[in-house]
Amino acid sequence: MDFKIVVAGTSLGGLKAITALLSALPENFSLPLVVIQHREYASGELLKGLLQKVTCLPVQEVEDKDAILPGRIYLAPPDYHLLIDRGEFALSIDDPVTFARPSVDVAFDSAAASYGQGVLAVILTGAGRDGAAGAASIEAFGGVVLVQDPSSAEAKSMPQAAIAATKAAHVLPLAEIISFLHQNCCLGGQPQHV
Amino acid sequence: MVITQPDLEAVEIQLLLDGLFRHYGVDFRDYSYPSIRRRIRNMMIDEKLSTISALQERLLHDPSCMERFLLAVSVHVSSMFRDPPFFANFRAAVVPLLRTYPYVRIWHAGCSTGEEVYSLAILLSEEGLLERSKLYATDHNESVLRKARQGIYPLSAMKLYTDNYIKSGGKRSFSEYYTAKYEHAIFAPALSSNVVFAQHNLVGDRSFNEFNVIMCRNVLIYFNKTLQARVHKLFYESLCQLGVLALGDRESIKFSPYEDCFKELVGESKFYQRVK
Repeated sequence: MDFKIVVAGTSLGGLKAITALLSALPENFSLPLVVIQHREYASGELLKGLLQKVTCLPVQEVEDKDAILPGRIYLAPPDYHLLIDRGEFALSIDDPVTFARPSVDVAFDSAAASYGQGVLAVILTGAGRDGAAGAASIEAFGGVVLVQDPSSAEAKSMPQAAIAATKAAHVLPLAEIISFLHQNCCLGGQPQHV
Repeated sequence: MVITQPDLEAVEIQLLLDGLFRHYGVDFRDYSYPSIRRRIRNMMIDEKLSTISALQERLLHDPSCMERFLLAVSVHVSSMFRDPPFFANFRAAVVPLLRTYPYVRIWHAGCSTGEEVYSLAILLSEEGLLERSKLYATDHNESVLRKARQGIYPLSAMKLYTDNYIKSGGKRSFSEYYTAKYEHAIFAPALSSNVVFAQHNLVGDRSFNEFNVIMCRNVLIYFNKTLQARVHKLFYESLCQLGVLALGDRESIKFSPYEDCFKELVGESKFYQRVK
Protein backbone atom coordinates (compact mmCIF):
# COMPACT_ATOMS: atom_id res chain seq x y z
CA MET A 1 0.00 0.00 0.00
CA ASP A 2 1.24 3.40 -0.92
CA PHE A 3 0.01 5.90 1.63
CA LYS A 4 0.69 9.63 1.39
CA ILE A 5 -0.80 10.89 4.63
CA VAL A 6 -2.11 9.60 7.95
CA VAL A 7 -5.05 11.32 9.66
CA ALA A 8 -6.05 10.41 13.21
CA GLY A 9 -9.19 11.53 15.06
CA THR A 10 -10.10 11.31 18.70
CA SER A 11 -12.21 13.23 21.18
CA LEU A 12 -11.41 15.13 24.31
CA GLY A 13 -10.43 12.02 26.29
CA GLY A 14 -8.04 10.72 23.66
CA LEU A 15 -4.82 12.15 24.99
CA LYS A 16 -3.62 8.81 26.38
CA ALA A 17 -4.20 7.00 23.09
CA ILE A 18 -2.56 9.77 21.05
CA THR A 19 0.41 9.82 23.40
CA ALA A 20 0.80 6.04 23.14
CA LEU A 21 0.57 6.23 19.34
CA LEU A 22 3.11 9.04 18.96
CA SER A 23 5.58 7.61 21.45
CA ALA A 24 5.62 4.38 19.43
CA LEU A 25 6.45 6.06 16.11
CA PRO A 26 10.03 5.44 14.97
CA GLU A 27 12.42 8.10 13.73
CA ASN A 28 12.00 6.88 10.16
CA PHE A 29 8.25 7.44 10.14
CA SER A 30 7.99 8.91 6.67
CA LEU A 31 4.51 10.36 6.28
CA PRO A 32 2.76 13.46 7.54
CA LEU A 33 0.55 12.56 10.51
CA VAL A 34 -2.37 14.86 11.21
CA VAL A 35 -4.06 14.69 14.61
CA ILE A 36 -7.56 16.01 15.06
CA GLN A 37 -8.48 16.06 18.71
CA HIS A 38 -11.50 17.80 20.16
CA ARG A 39 -10.24 20.33 22.66
CA GLU A 40 -11.04 23.36 24.71
CA TYR A 41 -10.40 26.72 23.13
CA ALA A 42 -8.24 27.77 26.05
CA SER A 43 -5.95 24.77 25.72
CA GLY A 44 -3.63 26.84 23.55
CA GLU A 45 -0.33 25.20 22.68
CA LEU A 46 -0.38 23.01 25.77
CA LEU A 47 -1.17 19.88 23.77
CA LYS A 48 1.75 20.51 21.44
CA GLY A 49 4.15 20.70 24.38
CA LEU A 50 2.82 17.49 25.91
CA LEU A 51 3.07 15.54 22.67
CA GLN A 52 6.49 16.87 21.70
CA LYS A 53 7.83 15.30 24.88
CA VAL A 54 7.00 11.78 23.70
CA THR A 55 8.25 11.86 20.10
CA CYS A 56 11.38 12.88 18.28
CA LEU A 57 9.31 13.83 15.22
CA PRO A 58 8.59 17.58 15.10
CA VAL A 59 5.10 18.46 16.38
CA GLN A 60 3.39 21.66 15.27
CA GLU A 61 0.00 23.29 15.64
CA VAL A 62 -1.16 24.19 12.15
CA GLU A 63 -1.35 27.74 10.81
CA ASP A 64 -3.29 28.53 7.67
CA LYS A 65 -1.59 27.32 4.45
CA ASP A 66 1.26 25.55 6.24
CA ALA A 67 2.91 22.98 3.97
CA ILE A 68 2.23 19.29 4.60
CA LEU A 69 5.61 17.60 4.97
CA PRO A 70 6.62 14.00 5.65
CA GLY A 71 7.84 12.91 9.07
CA ARG A 72 5.97 15.62 10.92
CA ILE A 73 3.07 15.62 13.37
CA TYR A 74 0.41 18.26 12.80
CA LEU A 75 -2.24 19.25 15.34
CA ALA A 76 -5.56 20.83 14.43
CA PRO A 77 -5.71 24.20 16.26
CA PRO A 78 -8.58 24.75 18.71
CA ASP A 79 -11.76 26.46 17.46
CA TYR A 80 -10.95 26.01 13.76
CA HIS A 81 -11.81 23.29 11.31
CA LEU A 82 -8.69 21.83 9.77
CA LEU A 83 -8.94 21.10 6.06
CA ILE A 84 -6.40 19.17 4.06
CA ASP A 85 -5.54 20.40 0.58
CA ARG A 86 -2.93 18.87 -1.70
CA GLY A 87 0.37 19.71 -0.09
CA GLU A 88 -0.98 22.29 2.33
CA PHE A 89 -3.52 22.91 5.07
CA ALA A 90 -6.44 25.29 5.12
CA LEU A 91 -8.50 26.44 8.10
CA SER A 92 -12.09 27.53 8.46
CA ILE A 93 -14.36 28.95 11.15
CA ASP A 94 -17.50 27.39 9.69
CA ASP A 95 -20.03 26.25 12.26
CA PRO A 96 -19.12 23.28 14.45
CA VAL A 97 -20.08 19.91 12.95
CA THR A 98 -21.67 17.39 15.35
CA PHE A 99 -20.78 19.92 18.07
CA ALA A 100 -17.08 19.79 17.22
CA ARG A 101 -14.60 22.34 15.89
CA PRO A 102 -12.15 20.99 14.89
CA SER A 103 -14.33 18.27 13.44
CA VAL A 104 -12.84 14.92 12.50
CA ASP A 105 -15.49 14.55 9.78
CA VAL A 106 -14.42 17.80 8.11
CA ALA A 107 -10.73 16.95 8.22
CA PHE A 108 -11.18 13.37 7.02
CA ASP A 109 -13.51 14.34 4.19
CA SER A 110 -11.08 16.98 2.93
CA ALA A 111 -8.17 14.51 3.17
CA ALA A 112 -10.14 12.00 1.12
CA ALA A 113 -10.89 14.57 -1.57
CA SER A 114 -7.25 15.63 -1.78
CA TYR A 115 -5.30 12.39 -1.34
CA GLY A 116 -7.86 9.72 -2.34
CA GLN A 117 -6.33 6.26 -2.07
CA GLY A 118 -3.29 7.71 -0.37
CA VAL A 119 -5.13 8.31 2.92
CA LEU A 120 -4.74 6.13 5.97
CA ALA A 121 -7.29 7.18 8.60
CA VAL A 122 -7.30 6.18 12.25
CA ILE A 123 -10.25 6.56 14.62
CA LEU A 124 -9.22 6.28 18.25
CA THR A 125 -11.17 6.25 21.49
CA GLY A 126 -13.80 8.94 21.79
CA ALA A 127 -17.33 9.91 22.74
CA GLY A 128 -19.91 10.98 20.19
CA ARG A 129 -20.06 10.12 16.52
CA ASP A 130 -17.67 12.60 14.94
CA GLY A 131 -15.43 10.86 12.42
CA ALA A 132 -18.00 8.34 11.21
CA ALA A 133 -19.09 10.33 8.14
CA GLY A 134 -15.46 11.26 7.52
CA ALA A 135 -14.38 7.62 7.63
CA ALA A 136 -17.10 6.79 5.11
CA SER A 137 -15.71 9.53 2.81
CA ILE A 138 -12.21 8.09 3.13
CA GLU A 139 -13.53 4.72 1.96
CA ALA A 140 -15.54 6.25 -0.88
CA PHE A 141 -12.33 7.82 -2.20
CA GLY A 142 -10.41 4.56 -1.89
CA GLY A 143 -8.48 5.18 1.33
CA VAL A 144 -8.03 2.80 4.26
CA VAL A 145 -9.65 3.17 7.69
CA LEU A 146 -8.37 1.70 10.95
CA VAL A 147 -10.61 1.84 14.00
CA GLN A 148 -9.51 1.21 17.55
CA ASP A 149 -11.30 -1.89 18.82
CA PRO A 150 -14.16 -0.50 20.96
CA SER A 151 -13.59 -3.20 23.57
CA SER A 152 -10.12 -1.77 24.23
CA ALA A 153 -11.09 1.89 23.91
CA GLU A 154 -11.76 4.09 26.92
CA ALA A 155 -14.77 5.65 25.19
CA LYS A 156 -16.46 3.38 22.71
CA SER A 157 -19.06 5.45 20.84
CA MET A 158 -16.77 7.13 18.32
CA PRO A 159 -15.12 3.86 17.23
CA GLN A 160 -18.51 2.13 17.14
CA ALA A 161 -20.05 4.85 14.98
CA ALA A 162 -17.10 4.67 12.57
CA ILE A 163 -17.40 0.88 12.29
CA ALA A 164 -21.12 1.17 11.56
CA ALA A 165 -20.56 3.85 8.89
CA THR A 166 -17.85 1.97 6.98
CA LYS A 167 -17.76 -1.26 5.01
CA ALA A 168 -14.17 -2.42 5.28
CA ALA A 169 -12.62 -0.68 8.28
CA HIS A 170 -9.94 -2.69 10.08
CA VAL A 171 -10.91 -2.98 13.73
CA LEU A 172 -7.71 -3.34 15.76
CA PRO A 173 -6.40 -2.86 19.27
CA LEU A 174 -4.08 0.13 19.66
CA ALA A 175 -0.94 -2.05 19.62
CA GLU A 176 -1.87 -3.45 16.22
CA ILE A 177 -2.71 -0.02 14.85
CA ILE A 178 0.82 0.93 15.83
CA SER A 179 2.33 -2.08 14.08
CA PHE A 180 0.27 -1.30 10.99
CA LEU A 181 1.85 2.17 10.94
CA HIS A 182 5.30 0.62 11.40
CA GLN A 183 4.80 -1.71 8.47
CA ASN A 184 3.19 0.76 6.08
CA CYS A 185 4.41 4.22 6.89
CA CYS A 186 8.12 3.94 7.55
CA LEU A 187 11.09 4.26 5.24
CA GLY A 188 13.25 1.21 4.56
CA GLY A 189 10.73 -1.52 5.42
CA GLN A 190 11.59 -2.71 8.91
CA PRO A 191 11.44 0.16 11.32
CA GLN A 192 14.35 1.09 13.50
CA HIS A 193 13.19 1.21 17.06
CA VAL A 194 14.37 4.17 19.04
CA MET B 1 -17.10 -0.53 -4.75
CA VAL B 2 -16.91 2.46 -7.08
CA ILE B 3 -14.11 4.75 -5.99
CA THR B 4 -14.55 8.47 -6.43
CA GLN B 5 -11.53 10.07 -8.10
CA PRO B 6 -10.27 13.23 -6.43
CA ASP B 7 -9.03 14.53 -9.79
CA LEU B 8 -12.40 14.12 -11.48
CA GLU B 9 -14.17 15.87 -8.63
CA ALA B 10 -11.67 18.72 -8.86
CA VAL B 11 -12.41 19.07 -12.59
CA GLU B 12 -16.14 19.27 -11.91
CA ILE B 13 -15.66 21.93 -9.25
CA GLN B 14 -13.37 23.92 -11.56
CA LEU B 15 -16.00 23.80 -14.31
CA LEU B 16 -18.71 24.95 -11.92
CA LEU B 17 -16.62 27.89 -10.67
CA ASP B 18 -15.63 28.83 -14.24
CA GLY B 19 -19.30 28.74 -15.22
CA LEU B 20 -20.32 31.03 -12.36
CA PHE B 21 -17.57 33.47 -13.25
CA ARG B 22 -18.50 33.59 -16.93
CA HIS B 23 -22.25 33.80 -16.36
CA TYR B 24 -22.58 35.87 -13.19
CA GLY B 25 -19.17 37.54 -13.00
CA VAL B 26 -18.58 36.30 -9.43
CA ASP B 27 -15.16 34.84 -8.98
CA PHE B 28 -14.60 32.02 -6.50
CA ARG B 29 -11.84 30.41 -8.56
CA ASP B 30 -9.11 31.45 -6.14
CA TYR B 31 -10.94 30.42 -3.01
CA SER B 32 -9.32 27.74 -0.87
CA TYR B 33 -10.15 24.47 -2.64
CA PRO B 34 -11.15 22.33 0.35
CA SER B 35 -13.34 25.11 1.76
CA ILE B 36 -15.19 25.84 -1.47
CA ARG B 37 -15.54 22.11 -2.09
CA ARG B 38 -17.11 21.69 1.33
CA ARG B 39 -19.59 24.50 0.69
CA ILE B 40 -20.48 22.95 -2.67
CA ARG B 41 -20.94 19.51 -1.08
CA ASN B 42 -23.17 20.96 1.65
CA MET B 43 -25.15 22.87 -0.96
CA MET B 44 -25.74 19.62 -2.88
CA ILE B 45 -27.25 18.08 0.27
CA ASP B 46 -29.47 21.12 0.86
CA GLU B 47 -30.62 21.15 -2.76
CA LYS B 48 -31.06 17.35 -2.76
CA LEU B 49 -28.74 16.91 -5.73
CA SER B 50 -26.34 14.01 -6.12
CA THR B 51 -23.79 15.40 -8.58
CA ILE B 52 -21.75 18.57 -8.90
CA SER B 53 -22.82 18.83 -12.55
CA ALA B 54 -26.48 18.87 -11.49
CA LEU B 55 -25.73 21.70 -9.07
CA GLN B 56 -23.91 23.55 -11.84
CA GLU B 57 -26.96 23.28 -14.08
CA ARG B 58 -29.30 24.58 -11.41
CA LEU B 59 -26.96 27.42 -10.48
CA LEU B 60 -26.68 28.58 -14.07
CA HIS B 61 -30.40 28.41 -14.80
CA ASP B 62 -31.99 29.36 -11.50
CA PRO B 63 -30.91 32.75 -10.11
CA SER B 64 -32.61 32.04 -6.76
CA CYS B 65 -30.39 29.00 -6.35
CA MET B 66 -27.43 31.27 -7.10
CA GLU B 67 -28.59 33.62 -4.31
CA ARG B 68 -28.58 30.73 -1.87
CA PHE B 69 -25.15 29.69 -3.09
CA LEU B 70 -23.73 33.19 -2.58
CA LEU B 71 -24.94 33.18 1.00
CA ALA B 72 -23.70 29.66 1.67
CA VAL B 73 -20.28 30.31 0.18
CA SER B 74 -19.54 33.76 1.46
CA VAL B 75 -20.77 33.93 5.03
CA HIS B 76 -18.27 33.25 7.77
CA VAL B 77 -19.95 34.09 11.02
CA SER B 78 -17.66 34.99 13.88
CA SER B 79 -18.51 35.67 17.50
CA MET B 80 -18.08 38.77 19.65
CA PHE B 81 -14.61 39.05 21.15
CA ARG B 82 -13.63 35.80 19.42
CA ASP B 83 -10.11 34.95 20.60
CA PRO B 84 -10.13 37.17 23.73
CA PRO B 85 -6.30 37.49 23.89
CA PHE B 86 -6.48 39.29 20.54
CA PHE B 87 -8.62 42.05 22.03
CA ALA B 88 -6.50 42.17 25.19
CA ASN B 89 -3.41 42.64 23.04
CA PHE B 90 -5.21 45.25 20.95
CA ARG B 91 -5.75 47.26 24.13
CA ALA B 92 -2.19 46.77 25.30
CA ALA B 93 -0.24 47.24 22.07
CA VAL B 94 -2.37 49.02 19.46
CA VAL B 95 -4.39 51.47 21.58
CA PRO B 96 -1.28 53.39 22.81
CA LEU B 97 -0.26 53.87 19.18
CA LEU B 98 -3.73 55.09 18.22
CA ARG B 99 -3.68 57.63 21.06
CA THR B 100 -0.88 59.44 19.25
CA TYR B 101 -3.17 60.24 16.30
CA PRO B 102 -5.70 63.09 16.34
CA TYR B 103 -7.99 61.03 14.14
CA VAL B 104 -8.07 57.27 13.60
CA ARG B 105 -9.21 55.37 10.53
CA ILE B 106 -9.81 51.63 10.84
CA TRP B 107 -10.77 49.25 8.07
CA HIS B 108 -12.47 46.06 9.15
CA ALA B 109 -12.30 43.96 6.00
CA GLY B 110 -14.70 41.04 5.71
CA CYS B 111 -16.85 42.05 8.67
CA SER B 112 -19.60 39.54 7.87
CA THR B 113 -22.57 39.99 10.25
CA GLY B 114 -20.65 42.48 12.37
CA GLU B 115 -19.95 40.69 15.67
CA GLU B 116 -16.34 41.81 15.70
CA VAL B 117 -17.21 45.35 14.54
CA TYR B 118 -19.27 45.89 17.69
CA SER B 119 -16.53 44.23 19.75
CA LEU B 120 -13.98 46.70 18.44
CA ALA B 121 -16.38 49.64 18.89
CA ILE B 122 -16.88 48.64 22.54
CA LEU B 123 -13.13 48.42 23.05
CA LEU B 124 -12.51 51.82 21.44
CA SER B 125 -15.27 53.44 23.44
CA GLU B 126 -13.84 52.11 26.72
CA GLU B 127 -10.44 53.48 25.73
CA GLY B 128 -11.98 56.88 24.89
CA LEU B 129 -11.07 56.55 21.22
CA LEU B 130 -14.39 55.86 19.56
CA GLU B 131 -15.34 59.50 19.09
CA ARG B 132 -12.27 60.32 17.08
CA SER B 133 -12.32 57.08 15.11
CA LYS B 134 -13.99 56.10 11.91
CA LEU B 135 -14.54 52.39 11.34
CA TYR B 136 -15.06 51.22 7.78
CA ALA B 137 -16.67 47.79 8.03
CA THR B 138 -16.85 46.11 4.66
CA ASP B 139 -18.03 42.85 3.21
CA HIS B 140 -18.81 41.80 -0.33
CA ASN B 141 -22.17 40.38 0.64
CA GLU B 142 -24.98 42.92 0.98
CA SER B 143 -27.27 40.69 3.01
CA VAL B 144 -24.73 40.10 5.78
CA LEU B 145 -24.06 43.87 5.84
CA ARG B 146 -27.76 44.46 6.47
CA LYS B 147 -27.50 42.25 9.54
CA ALA B 148 -24.31 43.96 10.62
CA ARG B 149 -25.98 47.39 10.41
CA GLN B 150 -28.83 46.20 12.63
CA GLY B 151 -26.52 44.99 15.40
CA ILE B 152 -29.07 42.45 16.64
CA TYR B 153 -27.82 39.07 17.81
CA PRO B 154 -29.43 36.06 19.49
CA LEU B 155 -29.76 36.47 23.23
CA SER B 156 -28.59 32.87 23.60
CA ALA B 157 -25.12 33.88 22.39
CA MET B 158 -24.65 36.51 25.12
CA LYS B 159 -23.29 34.07 27.69
CA LEU B 160 -20.34 33.15 25.46
CA TYR B 161 -19.87 36.77 24.37
CA THR B 162 -19.89 37.98 27.99
CA ASP B 163 -17.27 35.37 28.89
CA ASN B 164 -15.15 36.44 25.94
CA TYR B 165 -15.60 40.12 26.82
CA ILE B 166 -14.40 39.57 30.38
CA LYS B 167 -11.40 37.52 29.23
CA SER B 168 -10.51 40.23 26.71
CA GLY B 169 -10.06 42.77 29.50
CA GLY B 170 -13.47 44.47 29.23
CA LYS B 171 -13.85 47.27 31.76
CA ARG B 172 -17.59 47.40 32.36
CA SER B 173 -20.55 45.11 32.54
CA PHE B 174 -21.19 43.62 29.10
CA SER B 175 -24.97 43.87 29.48
CA GLU B 176 -24.68 47.69 29.50
CA TYR B 177 -24.08 47.54 25.77
CA TYR B 178 -27.28 45.88 24.67
CA THR B 179 -31.00 45.82 25.33
CA ALA B 180 -32.61 42.42 25.61
CA LYS B 181 -35.88 42.14 23.74
CA TYR B 182 -37.70 38.86 23.16
CA GLU B 183 -34.94 36.47 22.15
CA HIS B 184 -32.57 39.15 20.91
CA ALA B 185 -29.86 41.46 22.11
CA ILE B 186 -29.98 44.86 20.41
CA PHE B 187 -26.68 46.70 20.59
CA ALA B 188 -26.59 50.40 21.45
CA PRO B 189 -26.81 52.60 18.32
CA ALA B 190 -24.09 54.85 19.76
CA LEU B 191 -21.60 52.04 19.15
CA SER B 192 -22.14 52.15 15.41
CA SER B 193 -22.49 55.91 15.04
CA ASN B 194 -18.92 56.15 13.74
CA VAL B 195 -19.10 52.97 11.70
CA VAL B 196 -19.58 53.04 7.94
CA PHE B 197 -20.89 49.72 6.64
CA ALA B 198 -20.11 49.40 2.95
CA GLN B 199 -19.87 46.81 0.24
CA HIS B 200 -16.33 45.99 -0.84
CA ASN B 201 -15.03 42.88 -2.51
CA LEU B 202 -11.50 41.85 -1.58
CA VAL B 203 -11.34 39.73 -4.72
CA GLY B 204 -11.58 42.59 -7.19
CA ASP B 205 -12.07 46.00 -5.60
CA ARG B 206 -9.33 48.53 -5.00
CA SER B 207 -8.21 50.43 -1.96
CA PHE B 208 -10.49 53.31 -0.95
CA ASN B 209 -8.53 55.14 1.74
CA GLU B 210 -5.45 55.05 3.93
CA PHE B 211 -5.81 53.45 7.34
CA ASN B 212 -4.10 53.31 10.72
CA VAL B 213 -5.40 49.81 11.34
CA ILE B 214 -6.65 47.10 9.00
CA MET B 215 -8.36 44.23 10.75
CA CYS B 216 -9.04 41.14 8.68
CA ARG B 217 -9.39 38.05 10.83
CA ASN B 218 -10.22 34.59 9.56
CA VAL B 219 -11.22 35.84 6.13
CA LEU B 220 -8.05 35.12 4.17
CA ILE B 221 -8.19 31.49 5.36
CA TYR B 222 -10.96 31.04 2.78
CA PHE B 223 -8.65 32.11 -0.06
CA ASN B 224 -5.83 30.25 -1.78
CA LYS B 225 -2.27 31.58 -1.63
CA THR B 226 -2.54 33.39 -4.98
CA LEU B 227 -5.54 35.40 -3.84
CA GLN B 228 -4.05 35.91 -0.38
CA ALA B 229 -1.01 37.51 -1.99
CA ARG B 230 -3.23 39.88 -4.01
CA VAL B 231 -5.17 40.91 -0.90
CA HIS B 232 -1.94 41.40 1.05
CA LYS B 233 -0.82 43.83 -1.66
CA LEU B 234 -4.10 45.71 -1.27
CA PHE B 235 -3.66 45.84 2.52
CA TYR B 236 -0.07 46.98 2.23
CA GLU B 237 -1.07 49.80 -0.10
CA SER B 238 -3.95 50.80 2.17
CA LEU B 239 -1.94 51.07 5.39
CA CYS B 240 -0.19 54.25 6.44
CA GLN B 241 3.41 54.12 7.68
CA LEU B 242 3.42 52.46 11.12
CA GLY B 243 -0.13 51.30 10.49
CA VAL B 244 -1.10 47.92 11.90
CA LEU B 245 -2.44 44.86 10.12
CA ALA B 246 -4.38 42.53 12.44
CA LEU B 247 -4.95 38.94 11.36
CA GLY B 248 -6.57 35.85 12.92
CA ASP B 249 -4.68 33.85 15.53
CA ARG B 250 -3.76 31.02 13.12
CA GLU B 251 -2.96 33.30 10.16
CA SER B 252 0.33 34.97 9.37
CA ILE B 253 2.00 37.16 6.78
CA LYS B 254 4.60 34.55 5.92
CA PHE B 255 2.95 34.06 2.52
CA SER B 256 2.61 37.79 1.85
CA PRO B 257 4.88 39.34 -0.79
CA TYR B 258 5.26 42.24 1.66
CA GLU B 259 6.34 40.20 4.67
CA ASP B 260 9.62 42.13 4.87
CA CYS B 261 7.81 45.46 5.18
CA PHE B 262 6.22 44.49 8.49
CA LYS B 263 7.42 43.82 11.98
CA GLU B 264 5.56 41.82 14.61
CA LEU B 265 4.05 44.08 17.21
CA VAL B 266 3.15 41.50 19.86
CA GLY B 267 4.57 38.04 20.23
CA GLU B 268 1.51 35.83 20.48
CA SER B 269 -1.21 37.70 18.58
CA LYS B 270 -1.04 38.49 14.91
CA PHE B 271 -0.41 42.24 14.80
CA TYR B 272 1.98 43.38 12.09
CA GLN B 273 3.21 46.95 11.87
CA ARG B 274 4.13 48.44 8.50
CA VAL B 275 7.68 49.75 8.84
CA LYS B 276 8.56 50.39 5.19
